Amino acid sequence: MSEPAITPELVEAHGLAPEEYAHILRLLNREPSFTELGIFSAMWNEHCSYKSSKKWLRTLPTDGPQVICGPGENAGVVDIGDGQAVVFKMESHNHPSYIEPYQGAATGVGGILRDIFTMGARPIAALNALSFGRPDHPRTRALVHGVVAGIGGYGNAFGVPTVGGELRFHPAYDGNCLVNAFAAGLAEADRIFYSAASGVGRPVVYLGAKTGRDGVGGATMASAGFDEGLEEKRPTVQVGDPFTEKRLMEACLELMATGAVVSIQDMGAAGLTCSAVEMGDKGGLGIRLDLDRVPCREPGMTPYEMMLSESQERMLMVLDPAKEAEARAVFEKWDLDFAVVGETIAEDRFLVVHNGETRADLPLRALSGEAPEYDREWLPSEPEVPLGPLPDIDPIEGLRALVGSLNYCARRWVWEQYDHMVMADTVQGPGHGAALVRVHGTEKALAFTADVTPRYVEANPVEGAKQAVAEAFRNLVAAGARPLAATDNLNFGNPEKPRIMGQLVGAIQGIGAACRALDMPIVSGNVSLYNETDGHPIQPTPTIGAVGLVERIEEAITGRAREGHVAVLVGEGPGHLGRSALLWEMFGRAEGDAPPVDLEAERRNGAFILENRALIRACTDLSDGGLALAAFELAAAGGVGVALDDDDAAALFGEDQGRYLVACNFDQAEGLMIAAGRVGVPIRTVGRFTGETVRLGRAEAPLAELVALWDGALAARLG
Amino acid sequence: MRAAVLVFPGSNCDRDLAVALRAAGARVDMVWHKDTALPEGTDLVAVPGGFSYGDYLRCGAIAAQSPICRAVAAHAERGGHVLGICNGFQVLTEMRLLPGVLMRNAGITFVCRTERLIVRTAESDFTAGYSEGQEVVFPIAHHDGNYTASEDELDRLEGEGRVAFTYAENPNGSARDIAGVLSENRRVLGLMPHPERAVDPAHGGTDGQALFRSLVGALAAA
Repeated sequence: MSEPAITPELVEAHGLAPEEYAHILRLLNREPSFTELGIFSAMWNEHCSYKSSKKWLRTLPTDGPQVICGPGENAGVVDIGDGQAVVFKMESHNHPSYIEPYQGAATGVGGILRDIFTMGARPIAALNALSFGRPDHPRTRALVHGVVAGIGGYGNAFGVPTVGGELRFHPAYDGNCLVNAFAAGLAEADRIFYSAASGVGRPVVYLGAKTGRDGVGGATMASAGFDEGLEEKRPTVQVGDPFTEKRLMEACLELMATGAVVSIQDMGAAGLTCSAVEMGDKGGLGIRLDLDRVPCREPGMTPYEMMLSESQERMLMVLDPAKEAEARAVFEKWDLDFAVVGETIAEDRFLVVHNGETRADLPLRALSGEAPEYDREWLPSEPEVPLGPLPDIDPIEGLRALVGSLNYCARRWVWEQYDHMVMADTVQGPGHGAALVRVHGTEKALAFTADVTPRYVEANPVEGAKQAVAEAFRNLVAAGARPLAATDNLNFGNPEKPRIMGQLVGAIQGIGAACRALDMPIVSGNVSLYNETDGHPIQPTPTIGAVGLVERIEEAITGRAREGHVAVLVGEGPGHLGRSALLWEMFGRAEGDAPPVDLEAERRNGAFILENRALIRACTDLSDGGLALAAFELAAAGGVGVALDDDDAAALFGEDQGRYLVACNFDQAEGLMIAAGRVGVPIRTVGRFTGETVRLGRAEAPLAELVALWDGALAARLG
Repeated sequence: MRAAVLVFPGSNCDRDLAVALRAAGARVDMVWHKDTALPEGTDLVAVPGGFSYGDYLRCGAIAAQSPICRAVAAHAERGGHVLGICNGFQVLTEMRLLPGVLMRNAGITFVCRTERLIVRTAESDFTAGYSEGQEVVFPIAHHDGNYTASEDELDRLEGEGRVAFTYAENPNGSARDIAGVLSENRRVLGLMPHPERAVDPAHGGTDGQALFRSLVGALAAA
C-alpha cells in the first residue's frame, strides 16, 4: 500500500510548525514517511510534549518525605503509612467533551482510571471538575446532560465511587467546556508499577481491547483551538467501554500479583505510539513493533492508523518471558486480547514493521528527548483597578441571589447520577467541601477535593492560583484531614498569545508558592492549552486536586450544626468584595482584584483547626459567597436556622482567604477561643445556629424557603 | 452457614456483599461465572450488584445464561436460598426465579441516594429481623430499577405477601412502589436497594445488618 507524499500542507495538517518539520529533517537526514510524520505529530504536539509549559512546570515543588513518585509517570504516588500508598492524578478531556459530550466525558474518566491502575493501584475514588458556558447558551443544556451522563455511565459501570467535584457556569466557556477528571487508587507502597522498560529481547505485549479507527489524531486535535469545522472533528473522539476497562483493571492487577510485569504503560493519547516510545525512552531501550500482530477491530487498517488510533481500554506491557504463559492465562480468563506485538531492543531505535516492510525507523530517544520546547513570550496581567462603590443591598437578597444561582445552588441533581457509594467505603460523599473514603479494612480515610476560582485567576493569575491551592488545603482541613499532596490540571487558552502565556506563567508561580508554603507537593498533572473558540479564550482554570489523610475515621469532622450551636469564625479579613461571587451573581460585575492569599495565615489557621478538631462539630471553609454562604450551607446541612450578627455586605459576602466557620457548643467554643489566644489565631463568635430562619443582621428569611430555592435550582433550569 | 457470592466480569458490589455476609457470620466463597458448580454445602447464593456483562443487551440477560447460573437454578429448584441485589435482582428476573422485569427508571437517569423503605413482610428468612411496616433506610444506585409486572402478577404478589419491601417515596416508577419481591417458597429475594451499603456506622446507617444477620442465623440453624 502506498502512503501519501509529504507536502507542506500535510505537515501543517499534522500540527507541525515549519521549523519543527525542519528539525525532523535534520534529525533523520531524510524525508519522513507518512507513518513517521504521524508519529512525530503525535509525540510533538502540545498535549503529549508539554512544549509550551515544560520550562515553567519544572519550577513546581514535587518532593517531600511523603512522595514516593512525583510527576512523569502515569500518576503520582504518596505514602499514607502502614505500607500503603495513594496514587492519583487529574486530567482534562475538554475538546472531546465539547465535540461529543457523552463519549468525551466517559473516556476522560476511563483514561484517568487507567492511569491509576497502570501503577498497580485499585481506583477507590473519582471526582470531576466541570466548567460550562452560560446556562442559556444553546449548547449548554445538552453539554451538561451529556457530560454528566457520560461520567456516570463510565464510573458507575466500572465500579468506582464518584465522590465529589466542581461545577461552574460562565460565558467564557460557551464555546469550550472543561471536563477535568480526577481519580485516586490504593496500592501497596512496595508494589508500584512503572513504565520504564528493562532488559533486551523481552516481549512487548498488547493487552485489552482491539484497535479500531476511532480517535486517530485525537491528541493533535486537542492541541488546536476550535473553529467552524467542529462537526468534522467528531471521528477524532474515542468511544468508551467501561465493561472492558473493568476487566482490564482486574486482569492487570491479577497479572501484577504474579510478578510477570516488568513495566506497563496504558495507551492513552496517541495510543500505541506514545506508550511504546515512553517505555523505551524511560528504560533507555529501543522498541520493535510488528503491526501484523496487533489485534484490530476491522480489516485493512494502515500502519498510520494503528500507530495513531486512540481506541480505549488498551495497555502495553513488557513481560518477564518466563511468565508469558501465566500472563496469557490471566487475560484469557477475563476474555481480553493478549498479543506479543514486539520486543525490546538494545539500539536507540523505534522500528515499526508491517507486512514485512519497515514503516517507521526512527531514533527513539529523539521522539521525546528532542521534542520542541518553547520559551514563549509572556506578559504579566495588568493590575486590576480597585472595585468601585456598590449599591446598598439587603443581605438576604444577596444570599438569595447566590443560593438560587446555578453556580452556588446544590449540586444534588448532578451527583445523584453518580454511584458515590460503590465499594461501600464512602464515609462522606458529594455535597461537602471534601469527600472522605475509608481505606478498605483499616481505620484510615482519605480526603479528596478539587478547587479553583477562575475569576480570581483571570484578575490576578499569581494570587488566583495560590487561592486554588489554599482552598483545596482548607477543604481537606475542614474535613479533619491532614493535606498530603496535590495534582494540577492547567486549562488555558492559546499560549502563543503573550497575555495567555502570562496567565499560565503566573498561575504556575502561584501554585508553586502555595504548594511550598502549605507542604502539598504537586505529584502529577496535566496541561490543556488552546481552549479557545474563534479566538475567545476560556477563563484561566488551573484546577487543583488534593488529597489528605485522616489517621482514624473518628477524627474526621463530619458532624452537623445543631440547635444552640455557636457559629465561630476562625481567621480574619477586611471584607474583600473584588471579584466576589456576590459581585458577579447579583450585579453581573467582574471588577477589582482577586483576594490576596496570606500563605502563613493559611498554614497557621489550618494547623489550628486540625489540632482542635475534637472541639469542632461541623466545619466549612469560607470561599465563594463568604461568611453568609458558608453559614447557610452549614445551616442547610444541619437542618437548623442561623443568625449572624453582621449586616454589612463586606463582612457577610467578602471573600477574604484563610478562614473557616465552625459549629460547636458553648463550652467547645470557649475552648477554641482559649486555644486560639495561645497561638495567635484570630477568632470570634459571629452568631448561632437556632430556630428555622436565616437571619443576617436585621434581615431574615425562612430556612426552608432558601433551601427549596437552593436545592431545586439546578433541576429547574437544566434538568 | 456457607454463602456463595457470584462474580461476573462486570460485578462491582461482590466484595461489598461478601464483607456484609462475613460480618454477619457467614463463610463466603467467591464463585466465578464460568464455574459450572457451586461449592459443596452452599446454603445461600448471593448475586451482587454491578454490570455483570456490561449490562449489554438487557441488564442481567447475558448473566442469566452463564454457566454458573445453571447451577444456581438447580440450587433454587432444590429449595436453596438465593439473594439478588440490584443487578443481582435483574439477573434473578431474567432467570425467571422471580416474576417481573426491571425497566429503565421513569426519570431516565441513574439514581444514587439513600431511600426510605417499608418492610412489607417479616415472614421470610431475609426479613425476619424486621417487623412488618417498619421503615428502614437503604441506599439505591441504579439506572434500571423500575419494577414492572402484569396487574395479575402484582395482585398475586401482594395477595401472597411476597412484596418484601416498598419505597416510601418511589424513586424510579416501580409498580406499586415495589423495591423487592420474594419467590413463592419465600427462599429467593430480589431487591434493588443495597442493604450491604448499610451495615457499618461509617456508612451512615446500619439498617441492612438485620437482613444479613437473620438470614445467616436462619440458615446456620437449619
